[in-house]
Amino acid sequence: MTKRVLLIEDEPNIIQAISFILSRDGWRVDTHADGRTAVAEVARRNPDVVILDVQLPNRSGFDILQDLRADPGTQALPVLMLTARGQKRDREMAERYGASRFMTKPFANAEVLDAVRALVAP
Amino acid sequence: MIGINVLVAVCLTYVAFLFAIAFVAEKRARQGAGGWLRSPLVYTLSLSIYCTAWTFYGAVGYAVRSGLEFVTIYLGPTLVMIGWIWVVRKLVRIGRSQRITSIADMISSRYGKSNLLGVIVTLLAVIGTTPYIALQLQSVSLSFSVFSNDTPAMLNVRDLNATALYVAVGLALFTVLFGTRNLDVNERHHGVVTAIAVEAVVKLIALLAVGIFVVWGVAGGPADIVARIEASEIAELQLAGGRWATLIFLSAAAFLCLPRMFQVMVVENADERHIAVAAWAFPLYLFLMSLFVIPIAVVGLGVLPGANPDLYVLTVPLELGQGKLAMLSFLGGFSSATSMVIVAAIALSTMVSNHIVMPIWLSARRGGASMSGDVRNAVILSRRLSIAAILALGYAYFRFSGGGTALAAIGLISFAGVAQVLPALIGGLFWRGATRNGAAAGLVLGFAVWAYTLFLPSFGGSLLLPASVLQDGPWGVEWLRPQALFGVETLDPVVHAVFWSMTLNTVAFFAVSLMGFPAPLERLQGAQFVNVFDHSKSAPGMTRGAAEAEDLLIMSQRILGPAEAQAMFQRAAQRQGKAGYLPDTTPEFVETLERELAGSVGAATAHAMVGQITGGASVSVEDLMAVADETAQMLEYSSQLKAKSEELGRTARQLRDANEKLTALSIQKDAFLSQISHELRTPMTSIRAFSEILMADGPMSEADQKKFSTIIHDEAIRLTRLLDDLLDLSVLENGQVTLNWQETSLAAVLERAVSASASGRGERPLRIRRAPGAEDVALVTDPDRLAQVFINLIANARKYCDAALPELRIAVARRDGAVVVDFIDNGSGIPAPSQGVIFEKFARLTDQSRAGGAGLGLAICREIMDKLGGAIVYLPGQGGAAFRVSLPKAVAKAAE
Amino acid sequence: MSERPAPVFLERRSYRRRRLTDAARLLPVVGLLLFLVPLLLAPDKTDTARTAGTSIYVFAAWFGLIVCAFVLSRALSRGTDAAKDRDGAE
Repeated sequence: MTKRVLLIEDEPNIIQAISFILSRDGWRVDTHADGRTAVAEVARRNPDVVILDVQLPNRSGFDILQDLRADPGTQALPVLMLTARGQKRDREMAERYGASRFMTKPFANAEVLDAVRALVAP
Repeated sequence: MIGINVLVAVCLTYVAFLFAIAFVAEKRARQGAGGWLRSPLVYTLSLSIYCTAWTFYGAVGYAVRSGLEFVTIYLGPTLVMIGWIWVVRKLVRIGRSQRITSIADMISSRYGKSNLLGVIVTLLAVIGTTPYIALQLQSVSLSFSVFSNDTPAMLNVRDLNATALYVAVGLALFTVLFGTRNLDVNERHHGVVTAIAVEAVVKLIALLAVGIFVVWGVAGGPADIVARIEASEIAELQLAGGRWATLIFLSAAAFLCLPRMFQVMVVENADERHIAVAAWAFPLYLFLMSLFVIPIAVVGLGVLPGANPDLYVLTVPLELGQGKLAMLSFLGGFSSATSMVIVAAIALSTMVSNHIVMPIWLSARRGGASMSGDVRNAVILSRRLSIAAILALGYAYFRFSGGGTALAAIGLISFAGVAQVLPALIGGLFWRGATRNGAAAGLVLGFAVWAYTLFLPSFGGSLLLPASVLQDGPWGVEWLRPQALFGVETLDPVVHAVFWSMTLNTVAFFAVSLMGFPAPLERLQGAQFVNVFDHSKSAPGMTRGAAEAEDLLIMSQRILGPAEAQAMFQRAAQRQGKAGYLPDTTPEFVETLERELAGSVGAATAHAMVGQITGGASVSVEDLMAVADETAQMLEYSSQLKAKSEELGRTARQLRDANEKLTALSIQKDAFLSQISHELRTPMTSIRAFSEILMADGPMSEADQKKFSTIIHDEAIRLTRLLDDLLDLSVLENGQVTLNWQETSLAAVLERAVSASASGRGERPLRIRRAPGAEDVALVTDPDRLAQVFINLIANARKYCDAALPELRIAVARRDGAVVVDFIDNGSGIPAPSQGVIFEKFARLTDQSRAGGAGLGLAICREIMDKLGGAIVYLPGQGGAAFRVSLPKAVAKAAE
Repeated sequence: MSERPAPVFLERRSYRRRRLTDAARLLPVVGLLLFLVPLLLAPDKTDTARTAGTSIYVFAAWFGLIVCAFVLSRALSRGTDAAKDRDGAE
């Protein structure tokens, strides 16, 4: 069965890049660009992995992560956080809120691929 | 003998002359050069519309029928004006401070801005005035017929009707033209008032000329006149005591309550000091108008016994071969009739429009004033239609009544009708205990009694009131007979009606007022009216609300016009120590705004409209407490203390603003590095990801390859642009920029900006509407930098305007010598909380995907405009997002 | 030094002004009484009640009132202007 990734990101070119990389590796990639409805989207899609950007329109990725962790259904869902801000504080916050992995942009494609693979295969 | 053709020609010339006068006066007033237009003399003369054709022609007829009694009609107003310090001064002061637009507005405003009272007074005024307008039409057409027939007694009915119709249409035209030019009634009708002053002079000269001719031309001087009086049939003085006193009272009451008198006396008053002059000058005018009435009557009785005495002023000179004098006298009568009709139509149309049409219109469009549509146009249209309707009504009445004797008696009947407003008016001015219900009860009862005892019987035993009722009372109940109420049979009908209607009116007014308890707003207004001289500024605020300043601005723009509303809001914001167009909606501000709007649409409507936006919470707890605490009114409060506390409030507000801004700035400074990082890393991410994809030799279609390299290219450009912007901004901020000042034109710069930002491929189309004519302004500026600002604003509209069919309007206007260029799109605009930060760096508001910029554009624009000596601000309340670029006076002027 | 006499002067001025206002308030009452006099003269049709004579009386009273109103109004507005000038100067 194909594993599914939900990519929550608002920059169209980055969406295209990650989608391309992952789908070439056999993943099914769904995308979502809005922060406010992101939690509902996760519940609806029920993906195997979530890739979550920090700076989203209407709602911050950290808030979304907090919500996901508070819900028993998504408490253990693997979440890979991406940020372009790349400050130390962001990494700390991601860890505190329970991100499974944290990466700064720009990233190496192989790095993302490896991270996603590692997250689904415990 | 003067032929009818000559008469018509003279008449038309005179009318054209009046149009010219009104036109010139309007023009001068607009240029602000109309000082003499607003002298006490003009004010006094404008009051002379009290003397209508009924007095010009009718006074002599009256004198023939009842001797000296005619003079009572002038004695009442004389007493009112001589006693100006009692009532008139107070009326005018209140009228100005509350921006009252009519007598109906006065009553409505006094009793808690009640529209019910406004409607009652309006109806009363229309019913009372319509027959009076008919009377004027009749007198003009009668005077025409005097000239058109060799034998004045022979009247051709069809000609009479046609003349009346022409006159009515002409007057409607004049009134619409000069009476509805300004919306704000407090801005006054300079043209109309000036024309009326001229007419006042004409009628005075005409009557004096006829009088002098009669006394020294026909009779042998004053002594001879006295002898003739002694010999005439009016030598015996039949003074009915009741009538004499009643008529003095009635004319005084009518002088205060007639809608047209209120219009010239209060609404059109330009300066309170003019009243002091009118206090003696207007009685003098009345004195001169009545001085020769009895001599003319006596001589007329001698020269033309048996002829219609109402036309002696005209027929006596004509009979004695004085054609030119008769012509002058005709113009005098014509002036009297027309000036009355014009002012009455203006006053009534204001009342009908503000108290009947606008409330219906507003409630028909639920959602009210803040919805789309132009209230301003609706108000003007409804005024114009009302004017036409009122004149049509007057004409219809003239036709219906057949121009018989019923009309001649209408003067006093009409006076008695409008006098019903007196108790509510005077009570409202001097007694704080007067209530809305009391006023309504008095008005309705008085009006009903007046209609029953005087108005309906005036039609004779006819369809309106059967003869049997007049004879034996309704259902044969004797003590209810219209002209002998409660068995009082000995009184003259007019005295009887005035006595009962005024007595019952006043009793009801006081009784209901005493029993009731007024609403808070009523008490507040009552205090403001009664004690108007104590706090000429204003009482504590009446509306504290969570009103959105922007919604209020949108509404005000529709009523006052954009320029005026924006200026007013800006002033208010400045007074509060704030920049921009949106003041805090303090009670003081809302109250000021409400009064400003009341000038256009009446107090009740303005209150309702503001109430719709402020959430209808029209009276706050604090106000209730303030009103309840009667003693608070008596407390002598130190104005110095008040000024100090205002000053403190202003400083606090400034501090609060500054603090908010500082906090926001420091957060932004903190976020600046992470923002820069974000903005740089985002395009770099795409570039790196796609270059890695292209470098790896996986399976890839040619189309994909092309697509990916295009993305890399675009993102590289984006990165470059971001760096350019950052450098540009830092150069501008550090003041290292060199400007390339040139002479150019606004049109050229705009043209360049628009063509530079034409829709590219794949971009959303944006329609740009411009006004080429207005753009023709010479400038000395840096055209490249100015174009950069314009390009940025157009690009912003393209990116962020969320309308289905995006459209950008570029409007150019001159304000106080500066040139302002507004960029207004039709999207949903920028929410108020964000309006303050959009000019900060990286203050991008919506999703970034569409933006493609780093949020530096407006920050750069602001810096550029700063360097160019102008400004760029966000203009709230325009429907969509709107930016105003202003180029300062010096820059705009230098090239002119 | 010259501040002492000023208040006295002002006091006197404002006192005069108040009395002028009183007079202005009284004038219409006087007028009403004057205009009601013809009723006393002619309770019924007697020889004294002639139109000519009464007319002359009414017009004379009327003119007198106008003259009084003129004098009072001038005095009052002069007072206002003077007060304003003073305020402006200080």
